[in-house]
Amino acid sequence: MGVQRRQTLTRVVTIAAVIYIFVWSAAGVSVDFARIKRGLPAVGRIVNTMFPPDWSMAKVALEGMLQSFYIAVLGTTIGSVLAIPLGFFAARNVAVYRFLSIFGKQVLNAIRTFPELILAVFFVASYGPGPMAGLMAVGVHSTGMMGKLYADIIEGIDRGPVEALVSAGANSFEVVRYSILPQVIPEFIATSLYRFEINMRAASTLGLVGAGGIGVLLLQALQFRRWPIVGMALIIIVVAVTIIDYASAFIRKRIV
Amino acid sequence: MALVIEFKNVSVTYPGGVQALKNFSAKIEDGEFVVVVGLSGAGKSTMLRCLNNLVVPTTGEVLIDGESITHAKGRALRELRKKVGMIFQNFNLVNRSTVLRNVLQGRLGYLPTWRTLTGLFPEEDIQIALNCLDRVDILDKAYVRADRISGGQQQRVGIARALAQQPRVILADEPVASLDPPTSHMVMRDLVRINQEDNITTLVNLHFIDLAQEYGQRIIGLREGELVYDGPASEVTEKTFEEIYGRAIRPDDLRGASA
Amino acid sequence: MISLSPQSSMRKALKTVGVFALAIFYLVCAKQTGFSFRLMWEGMPSFVKLLGDMTPPNWSILNRIFPAFVETIQIAILGTTFGAVLALPLIALSSGNINRNKFSYLFFKTLMNLVRTIPELLYAAVLVAAVGFGPFAGVLALAVFSMSIIAKLTSESVEAIDPGPTEALAACGANKAENIVYAVVPQVLPVFVSYFLYVLEINIRVSTVLGLVGAGGIGQLLKTYLDLFRYQNASTVIIATFVFVVLIDQLSTRLRARLI
Repeated sequence: MGVQRRQTLTRVVTIAAVIYIFVWSAAGVSVDFARIKRGLPAVGRIVNTMFPPDWSMAKVALEGMLQSFYIAVLGTTIGSVLAIPLGFFAARNVAVYRFLSIFGKQVLNAIRTFPELILAVFFVASYGPGPMAGLMAVGVHSTGMMGKLYADIIEGIDRGPVEALVSAGANSFEVVRYSILPQVIPEFIATSLYRFEINMRAASTLGLVGAGGIGVLLLQALQFRRWPIVGMALIIIVVAVTIIDYASAFIRKRIV
Repeated sequence: MALVIEFKNVSVTYPGGVQALKNFSAKIEDGEFVVVVGLSGAGKSTMLRCLNNLVVPTTGEVLIDGESITHAKGRALRELRKKVGMIFQNFNLVNRSTVLRNVLQGRLGYLPTWRTLTGLFPEEDIQIALNCLDRVDILDKAYVRADRISGGQQQRVGIARALAQQPRVILADEPVASLDPPTSHMVMRDLVRINQEDNITTLVNLHFIDLAQEYGQRIIGLREGELVYDGPASEVTEKTFEEIYGRAIRPDDLRGASA
Repeated sequence: MISLSPQSSMRKALKTVGVFALAIFYLVCAKQTGFSFRLMWEGMPSFVKLLGDMTPPNWSILNRIFPAFVETIQIAILGTTFGAVLALPLIALSSGNINRNKFSYLFFKTLMNLVRTIPELLYAAVLVAAVGFGPFAGVLALAVFSMSIIAKLTSESVEAIDPGPTEALAACGANKAENIVYAVVPQVLPVFVSYFLYVLEINIRVSTVLGLVGAGGIGQLLKTYLDLFRYQNASTVIIATFVFVVLIDQLSTRLRARLI
């Protein structure tokens, strides 16, 4: 078979496979055109009822958003602080023994893979519904995420200044404080700020499983099908997250 | 003149089998200005790093003021390292810190840990650091971030940092390889001046033979890890270098420009 | 007293004030959320008890939950595909070099940014309330989410393409549509496909939790078990989900290595 023919054949097979996968998925999920035809207009109508939004509950929503903010702050801070020793533990170039670093990295991977929402459910069961559960979930999940990033940062430092300090007779603590930390801390902070942006979004949703913040209000509004309130809550969430995004990007730029 | 440095049959074999230094012996006296020459990979860096035990000799030992730094550990090692200041080809400054903070690193060995960890440097040590900056004529940049000054200025900060240790010995590992010709001469002149003013024994690695001839007092030549020449700079000719290198001299073996 | 830093005493005073302000800020956060180290510690016993209730996992239900994982993948595939299709017009509308109208281009770009700001779980919750429990809501939620991400990423690529071919085509009289098809698409298609796969991978992960708000897949099964206090079944699901995510991760890393 010629090269042209084979290419076309591969193309046809790929496209056929893709279409098959698509149809198989649609069938498995029982999404067919009829359903779409019914569902989409329904969604459209509902979106319509969301606006104009109902501002009567705005105060509650803002309080909820503020609580989400607190959850994000505390959770990010917990994660940020815990990630520091874990990061050093897992970084290949500062670990005491090689295998400890591999172990550390696996632990971090395990924490990272665990879905945050399920963590939230756990913590709601342990601490009861409320922001405590939320910030614990954000904190633990962030520890895993930032631990890995911190380890990467530590592994990427310039060893030159470290060598210079060792050759001048500094002890290990001094070496860390004067050559490693100055290189690493600005990047740690930038990572934390970026994580904070992500955690703001997470904190807004955790209330859906009872872990505090504006998600709680949203859940209630959804349960009672009070669409204008839902619309209002969504607007507040969007505004808050956008403001935080810009603020964080602004600060990150100044840290370099 | 007192004997400051003694290499006793030092051999270094790196894991992987490369033998960087073969049975190297030398004695260096107080106040000497020694230039070490040789091709890349001849063992110059290794030899220098045996002096502050950044590289541990496989056999043999290095004595500083009669004490073996090769076998020193922990506190004793740090005390000996204090006596040896080092200047690097890539400057090795902490970029985000100011020049003054970089120079203060030279004082770390002299201060108690509680001070160094909190960053509460005594006034006296800060003054020493400022004086060192003044000696290399860069006092005006004391509060500037280290990555905001030129390469030549950064190297001078490196020299100031080494000076702040109030060392017995200064090691310079290819200090001018990253600098342009006029700046290279300036830095070499600074090193010579400090050697003469403070009587600090100085060892400089160079692969520029014109600089070696111009500034060196004594020349040590290495080839493939072995000592092949050790004598006064005044007796050295281009032919000597050819023997050390084992080949004819090329244009990029010369720095160019003039003092 | 010689100063170690170049900043004036004014700036230093501001810095100290800043540190204090930060400390007070944290105290406020802690108070408002009821956070305290003691409370964190006190919750531990419940947590441990919960873990105890969840062990040993009930492995017998494994073949019952397998279909749920299949459904999870299907939701992700469907959602990403719809999202990609919906993204197509939006890409054109939010790319500066295709949509020459400054206002409309900015409008669509901002719209996409806004849509992206809402976490996908919120979309899922809203859609569940709108169209009912089940995977359909999940598909729609992922579709919206995927659409916004694919649109943003692809439009950035579109804006970065080589203008050469577009100019050449315009010069020989092609209209906008033809231009897009013959000059833009060939350059952007590979990137579009890779973004599609990237979002698909994210969506498989996301799809595992969407069910917790009722949008189908394994998450919904988990929610059911938790609501019914069948903790041992729940833990099987959780462990299985964990393994599932790791497998997907590995698979996609291998595939990516091969495709590159």
